[in-house]
Amino acid sequence: MTDGIYLDNNATTMVSPEVVQAMLPYFTEQFGNPSSLHQYGNRVGQAIKQARQQVQALLGAEHESEIIFTSCGTESDSTAILSAIKAQPERKEIITTVVEHPAILALCEQLEKEGYKIHRLKVNGKGRLDMQEYMDLLSERVALVTVMWANNESGTLFPVEEMADLARSAGVMFHTDAVQAVGKIPIDLKDTSIDMLSLSGHKLHAPKGIGVLYLRRNTRFRPLLRGGHQERGRRAGTENSASIVALGKACELALQHIDTEKRTVRRMRDRLEQGILAAVPHAFVTGDTTNRLPNTCNIAFEYIEGESILLLLNKLGIAASSGSACTSGSLEPSHVMRAMGIPYTAAHGTVRFSFSRYNTMEEVETVIRAVPPIVAQLRKLSPYWGENGPITDPELAFAPAYA
Amino acid sequence: MWDYSDKVKDHFFSPRNAGAVADANAVGDVGSLSCGDALRLSLKVDPETQVIKDAGFQTFGCGSAIASSSALTEIIKGMTLDQALTVTNQDIADFLDGLPAEKMHCSVMGREALQAAVANYRGEVWKDDHEEGAMVCKCFAVDAVLIEETIRANGLSSVEEVTNYTKAGGGCSACHEGVEEILTRVCKEQGRAFNATAAAPPPAVRPKLGTLARIRRIEGAIEAIRPNLQRDRGDVELVEVDGKTVYVNMTGACAGCQMASVTIEGIQQRIIEDLGEFVRVLPAAAMRARA
Repeated sequence: MTDGIYLDNNATTMVSPEVVQAMLPYFTEQFGNPSSLHQYGNRVGQAIKQARQQVQALLGAEHESEIIFTSCGTESDSTAILSAIKAQPERKEIITTVVEHPAILALCEQLEKEGYKIHRLKVNGKGRLDMQEYMDLLSERVALVTVMWANNESGTLFPVEEMADLARSAGVMFHTDAVQAVGKIPIDLKDTSIDMLSLSGHKLHAPKGIGVLYLRRNTRFRPLLRGGHQERGRRAGTENSASIVALGKACELALQHIDTEKRTVRRMRDRLEQGILAAVPHAFVTGDTTNRLPNTCNIAFEYIEGESILLLLNKLGIAASSGSACTSGSLEPSHVMRAMGIPYTAAHGTVRFSFSRYNTMEEVETVIRAVPPIVAQLRKLSPYWGENGPITDPELAFAPAYA
Repeated sequence: MWDYSDKVKDHFFSPRNAGAVADANAVGDVGSLSCGDALRLSLKVDPETQVIKDAGFQTFGCGSAIASSSALTEIIKGMTLDQALTVTNQDIADFLDGLPAEKMHCSVMGREALQAAVANYRGEVWKDDHEEGAMVCKCFAVDAVLIEETIRANGLSSVEEVTNYTKAGGGCSACHEGVEEILTRVCKEQGRAFNATAAAPPPAVRPKLGTLARIRRIEGAIEAIRPNLQRDRGDVELVEVDGKTVYVNMTGACAGCQMASVTIEGIQQRIIEDLGEFVRVLPAAAMRARA
């Protein structure tokens, strides 16, 4: 590791050293094509089988054949959505939420242009869904419900197990983008009604470029990529064997450390949050603080802008991320923060700190010391901040020529 | 992460003239909280000489917004108001050794704050006249509003035309889908048809040779091969060029040689390479057979 402090694990994670060790032979001596009959292929085929079982164990899937390796979370999401609508051409509606990842939202937007009706469930100020609104939308016209398990920005957890039960009782297929949840909270798919689930390797200490689509047995399916017989014909293309082996190992480690996430990681997160809020006035935690990922904390610093905070943190070697407009290139503040009704005074100044089991309490204390002076420095520059606090009624006091 | 110049970083990490000028007599406010960036520029102007004695800024915004504000105050200090008004947003960007395309609006905000402050000093009301839309073309920083207005005003109907008028889509071409969507919408509104095929780029070919130059090039290719054939006591002569077909006569030992067709293939390969276009080389007997 470098000597920086990495608190951006919802963006991507370090590949665990054990995972790197496990995958390395598959670049060199274990180069065979797993489809080949000879020993070169056979050994790789065995390794992929083992990896599939390791993923199966982490997800609590009933059968190992329910695990389909893909290239990334986005591919898994696209495969799930496009499969559901192709398999049920008479159903022309999709239910999702306003706070999904772009991997879901952008595809739904495209399908909307092609004539599909997209229902986007709203969230309240805490980022929670309205279950009544959801139940009212379930009908035989709906091809798929796709709802994220955990939000990438706020960490808020959605009650996907309950929602999947409701979908099943209405005869509707259910998919969840669980890219942020897998490895951070216990999951046991065989006891749920979830039909499809997406996960991404690089969010749980495996490399980038490997993902999984969980596909419950007997779920109607149409492949995205057709071709060879790989993944039982459900995802053609020669297997990314080194990364598949790596993901298997990462899943095994994640399962071993699931209690670490629950206890140690949560303790670090809570300490950071409490330390910063105690020292910085006009700052608050966004999302559902009582029901969220143990590793995520999203703090809104009012009257300053997120990118500026990140640049100053980066100068101190601290890596985090922001929902501010300026970090995205879209010039729009985070759709998640806006959906929760976070006021503009705060939405632009949100900073997400996301932990992994590789962080330490020492790092947390360093960040707690670093943040208050940075916030103070930027507030001194802000036209919305007076001598000792925010100017009263900032939108009135600062009345620009246009708004 | 953005690719900021060292100058941008310097002005962000150590901003010059931060804070309000104590006894300012000109103040310009632009931007807003909802936009995610806001700037208040305060100036102290000498009423006699109209020279800007002091300038200060307060900015809510990202790294480049703060750096642009800092740069602006450095540029205009010591200028007269009229001189200051000639400062463009490009001047601010240049002062900072450039800004990423998506961040050019930060320099625009600086220039607007200056205009607003001068208007405030002169007792005028400054009105912003441009509306900023979602960025479509990132290569040339062209937003949706500009593209839409240009299409509407000029009756444009192809991506190529939009590129010619606005530059949008002239770079990496990744935004062509977005441009097509705007075109489709505006064209439909105006009862016209969006022309998807007009944008086809011209094929990348070498300039076309004239007939004479082309025949000379074919002759040249054959001349270059002849010594090889003559070594085997054979020869070849050009008989006719008919469009894409070149007729030759194999003479000497080549005539009737079992390998003649292989030789002709070699000649064809050579002519194609020299000419940069596909031609077919046939024995002259084939021409007579066709006639």
